[in-house]
Amino acid sequence: MKFFRLLWSGLMRKKLRTVLTLLSILVAFVLFSYLSAIHTGFSIGVELAGQDRLITRHKVSLIQLLPEAHQGEILRIEGVESVIHMTWFGGTYQKPSNFFAQMPTDPEPFLDMFPEYIIDDEERRSWLETRTGAMVGSKLAERFGWKVGDRVPIDSQLWAQKDGNRVWEFDIVAVYDGAESGTDTTQFFFRYDYFDEARGFGDGLVGWYTVRIEDPGRAAEIARAIDAQFANSPNETKTEPEGAFIQGFANQMGNIGLILTLIVGAVFFTILLVTANTMAYTVRERSSELAVLKAIGFTDSGVLGLVLGESFMLSVIGGGIGLALGWFMVSLGDPSGGALPLFYIPGRNYLIAAALIVALALAAGSLPALEAKRLQIADALRR
Amino acid sequence: MANPFRWFSQVLAVSRFSILGLPQRLGSSATAVFGIAGVVAVMVGVLSIAQGIVKTMTQSSTPDSVIVLRSGSTSEMVSGLSGDSVTVVRDAPGLARDGGATLVSPELFVIVDLPLKSTGTPANVPLRGVHNAAFEIRDGLRMVEGRRFEPGLNEVIAGVGAEAEFAGLEVGSRIAVGSQDWPVVGIFEAGGGIAESELWVDAAVLQQAYRRGNSYQTVFARLESPQAFQAFSDALTSDPRLNVKVERTEDFYAGQSAMMYGLITGLGSIIALIMGLGAIFGALNTMYTAVSARTVEIATLRALGFNSGPVVVSVLTESLLLALIGGVIGATLAWLAFDGIHAATINFASFSQVTFAFEVTDGLLVLGIVFALFIGLIGGLLPAVRAARQPVANALREM
Repeated sequence: MKFFRLLWSGLMRKKLRTVLTLLSILVAFVLFSYLSAIHTGFSIGVELAGQDRLITRHKVSLIQLLPEAHQGEILRIEGVESVIHMTWFGGTYQKPSNFFAQMPTDPEPFLDMFPEYIIDDEERRSWLETRTGAMVGSKLAERFGWKVGDRVPIDSQLWAQKDGNRVWEFDIVAVYDGAESGTDTTQFFFRYDYFDEARGFGDGLVGWYTVRIEDPGRAAEIARAIDAQFANSPNETKTEPEGAFIQGFANQMGNIGLILTLIVGAVFFTILLVTANTMAYTVRERSSELAVLKAIGFTDSGVLGLVLGESFMLSVIGGGIGLALGWFMVSLGDPSGGALPLFYIPGRNYLIAAALIVALALAAGSLPALEAKRLQIADALRR
Repeated sequence: MANPFRWFSQVLAVSRFSILGLPQRLGSSATAVFGIAGVVAVMVGVLSIAQGIVKTMTQSSTPDSVIVLRSGSTSEMVSGLSGDSVTVVRDAPGLARDGGATLVSPELFVIVDLPLKSTGTPANVPLRGVHNAAFEIRDGLRMVEGRRFEPGLNEVIAGVGAEAEFAGLEVGSRIAVGSQDWPVVGIFEAGGGIAESELWVDAAVLQQAYRRGNSYQTVFARLESPQAFQAFSDALTSDPRLNVKVERTEDFYAGQSAMMYGLITGLGSIIALIMGLGAIFGALNTMYTAVSARTVEIATLRALGFNSGPVVVSVLTESLLLALIGGVIGATLAWLAFDGIHAATINFASFSQVTFAFEVTDGLLVLGIVFALFIGLIGGLLPAVRAARQPVANALREM
């Protein structure tokens, strides 16, 4: 660390250029953060899908409903551990643009099926006791300022009650957190028994089944067995692993996510190249200074270390501030206010960022550092 | 400034110097041009996606076409109208007529699963049941291959966009509808509009296949004139037998695309802003380097009696010229690379697929170049001021 001041004064030699280079690196890493979040947002939560869960839905399309009776039949298939069902409720809160996912389900098996939704025992008990109770995600609760005990009206586009009223009232009894940063906490779950009794039509029909299997290795085989069970019935099914189901849904957003990722990625690398080029150019300008250092006794590798050290300092400071700023911007949410329920930077991407910072420092510093190492004192001072 | 003519001739002379000197600073100038070109290309590219979606959604909706939905519904998918309501709508005032009958098409809207050609994974493809009048209500609708479906038969026609994005829609192939397989008998285009993403069948046949009885989801209709909208809308919404809302098709689809448009425009603008900042730093770096390389030259000019004004203008001219070159390259690149690319995405409102083409409009090209010039202006201003302020004696001593 005794050379720190020397490194520092090397950087401060041309303050303005150092600051501008630093800012360029910073911008590149802000962009990287944003890119990571966009990529995550468009790929929905494929990586977090349960390995041991399958989704069974109507063969023709997701909007066709299935009979509730399928539940028992699926459960009897060998290798199936448990089965729950959910139904798309299609409601909004207060105004049509306040759109989010609501699903009726059976609370107890549901909570066992999805251990990634975390609520405490008190909340669990109160959901099991309250017929009109709803469990909402923490991000959703924050969005509308909801808390446990609130009574909220949800206006359903799809389901009317027996009296024709489309506005359903729910009591919020639990707010769940995600076990991981990627868990979707923008959903709203309520009780199927309340829903089934109150709805004006479609009694005994549900949207889709989530099936837990004992051995993820047999997923394909069990999926086939489930579909075979209902083949040639009026309600044929299509079963696939949860990951494939989510992936299929993400693919429906189309290649937009991919295109955005590709172009922004290209720009990120362009900025890095341009910056590396500028940094390398700066070192070459200073060959006479480096020669003086050598003349007063610095070793070849000492000079190499100095030049590399400077480029590392620039990369680390610029990259670090950029990532911090990027994290802050991403935490403000996606600009459309909710179209992408998952908008965050996965932890793994910080490792990638660290690797990129090192790569940038090496790309910018190694050639000039080698040149500095090989520099002949007499040649350099003669210039 | 006493003699404007002299001032301008100075500007010309100094600017000529700085532009003739550009090739000597090729490296750093190219870096700036490259950076700005990248920014402009990406900005125009991303915004062209949003433009494409909106264009598809609103195109071929003429101001005299309207849609009737159940009151309170935000998309066709969740709307529902009974056969009786449809009969009432048919007799409403203000509708255009073809022979004796009003131009009204009660329609059904469901989705079927078809694999995306690009990934092979299933997508929600909209399947629409229509009446004959639908072909008169949509503008520019014509068959490009095969023929229309026969009313009463289980036959499907597909839009060109759907045929391009989803597998198994060639004329002669069969698709699963309800529990049956129906043949595709024709391909149609609809002036680039949203109908091109859809499959069409006879509404009566679809009612049977989906056990919908005599009910529909929406009514599309054409008015005598765009001005007839108010009378038509008032007549329906005040009718006690109905519980509906009426929108111009144009407005309806603009609302449907708002979420995707907002998302892409929002992301695109933020990305462009961050990158624009990066490019400004790059341009500043380049122009400071240029100014410091020309320290002696500038000082000599000023010692010879040139004013600082022309010096400032010359540095700015150089940076604006670089930005202009970068902007034009970037805009051209974006146009070559992105214009007309076909893609499909989901319409969040109706939960179904929309196919569209990226649309690099003239407005976007101009926007890109203006943005480039702005970067050049900011990037050149500070270095220009520094060049003009440098004390002549100090600068010359560096010789």
